[in-house]
Amino acid sequence: MNDYKKIAELTNLIGMVQARYVYAIDDGDFYDWPTFFVDDCFYQITSADNFAQGLEAGLMWLDSKAMLHDRILSLLEANVYERHSYRHILGQPHISSIEDGEVESETSFMVARITREGPTDLFATGRYVDRYKVTESDAKIMKRIVVLDSSYIDTLLGFPL
Amino acid sequence: MATLEETEAKRPTWSTEDGASRVPYWIFQRQDILEAENRKLFHGPVWNFLCLEAELREAGDFVAVSAGETPVIVTRDKDGELYAFENRCAHRGSLLALEDRGNVKDFTCVYHAWTHSLQGDLIGVAFKDGIKGCGGIADDFKMENQGPRKMRVSVLHGLVFGSFDENVDDIEDYLGEAVLERIERVLGGRKPVVLGRFTQILPNNWKLYVENTKDSYHASILHTFFTTFELNRLSQKGGIIVNDTGGCHVSYSCVDHGETLDDDQKNAYKDENIRSDSDLSLTDMSLLASFKEYDDDITLQILSVFPNFVLQQIQNSIAVRTVLPKGTDSMHLKWTYIGFEDDTPEQRKMRLKLSNLIGPGGYVSMEDGCIGNFVQRGTKGAPDERAVLAMGGHSIETGTDRITEAAIRGFWTEYRGRMGL
Repeated sequence: MNDYKKIAELTNLIGMVQARYVYAIDDGDFYDWPTFFVDDCFYQITSADNFAQGLEAGLMWLDSKAMLHDRILSLLEANVYERHSYRHILGQPHISSIEDGEVESETSFMVARITREGPTDLFATGRYVDRYKVTESDAKIMKRIVVLDSSYIDTLLGFPL
Repeated sequence: MATLEETEAKRPTWSTEDGASRVPYWIFQRQDILEAENRKLFHGPVWNFLCLEAELREAGDFVAVSAGETPVIVTRDKDGELYAFENRCAHRGSLLALEDRGNVKDFTCVYHAWTHSLQGDLIGVAFKDGIKGCGGIADDFKMENQGPRKMRVSVLHGLVFGSFDENVDDIEDYLGEAVLERIERVLGGRKPVVLGRFTQILPNNWKLYVENTKDSYHASILHTFFTTFELNRLSQKGGIIVNDTGGCHVSYSCVDHGETLDDDQKNAYKDENIRSDSDLSLTDMSLLASFKEYDDDITLQILSVFPNFVLQQIQNSIAVRTVLPKGTDSMHLKWTYIGFEDDTPEQRKMRLKLSNLIGPGGYVSMEDGCIGNFVQRGTKGAPDERAVLAMGGHSIETGTDRITEAAIRGFWTEYRGRMGL
């Protein structure tokens, strides 16, 4: 029963953190995105095929909070692209491991992309494979691997998932 | 219904005088052009990039790829040789391979179990002699007369190319010495390993992406990430190589040790009002950390092979790209990110970090993924208008200047010749 309570609490906590994460990307301030991570975090976007085969490369491969910040900085200040936005829909986090204040979880996502001259399109589906650093009232991402279900990616993966 | 010739006769032509300096926009729009490309280019005497030799190590290994829009299987047979043939059953045309890669002893079609060898020969027909004297295939059927079409295969520094035309020039002659040397520079004598594979879907004609890869003029203008961090400026040392036939090219730039950039050069971008001189700086510069991999000072080399292959070296980010048409206004860009067997963990990490520059979300490549669609949409109502390719004059010559469209003109020169346009 304790286990159930513990898992329910963590599911709730991580679910809340992820709801804020999605809000930051879809509706809030992009510069808040890095604040969900610890300083020496790892963030990668890859495909299910690469992930299953143990291939290391990513569409984004960032290994510090500062690099996440730079990603947003570059997108907002340097890069050139057509106006677009995302709408994330997340599933419930599945807690797969609990150990010394570190929790591993997986969460399914669907992301629609809205472009200037197009309808709302289904852009990406997949799962977050995460490791969180958990404290009493917060959880920070130590490692997030965004595993896309398909290896085919529509052009322009600008903003993070 | 009008024949193809009749339809073509009614359509606007591409004036000979235009050469490669003016390109009509219908070339990116017409279905009959795409069909002719499949016939004359991808099935003609050109070399299609297929895969890396490193992807076919053991006998029985195969990959399923495409030559233009045609699905192709590449294999390593028990004799150690590589073979390539259409991914199409000899019987009723179903795909033979239904996975991207694997290891098999033969290819047996799922539809009626016709079996093909690793070299693409038809070697078995299910119930060929019928059952208990009933059924079976016609007496005059000969297995050796059937089979998917085979490709001639050439391996060059670990790159596997295939051609449906036996009479294609040898790959060395096809590329020319200067381009050949630049492939050797990146891959010669090395053992590549695949670090990852991604397919980017671009909503534009495949030739618009090919033009982009050969366009050294745009690089430091469109890609503000590069210029902001002074990775690539046209005023840097560099140049382009165009082979004799025009369709293969190399664009390169060298590390600038700070001595060669004078104030005039520094101010050039400001004067042109190009968004390049900002105070922007990265917080974590390890993104761009690199190690010395080559004997020369070349930090960026983009190399293309006619019609649709790119080998990229952006510092230590090495990748191959294949440009595959999917209809007239869509294409797939197949990326294979490469490392080498003898990479140290630190070197491998630098390659992975530098790969943030490339792919569908790359700091540099993201604009290349969008610009073709801007052209496709911009020219929608203007099929008979023409693009201007006059930077650097009208020639397709090799030179040390990158403010030129010579390599794009080279592509169109070879394209027009092979297409008979």
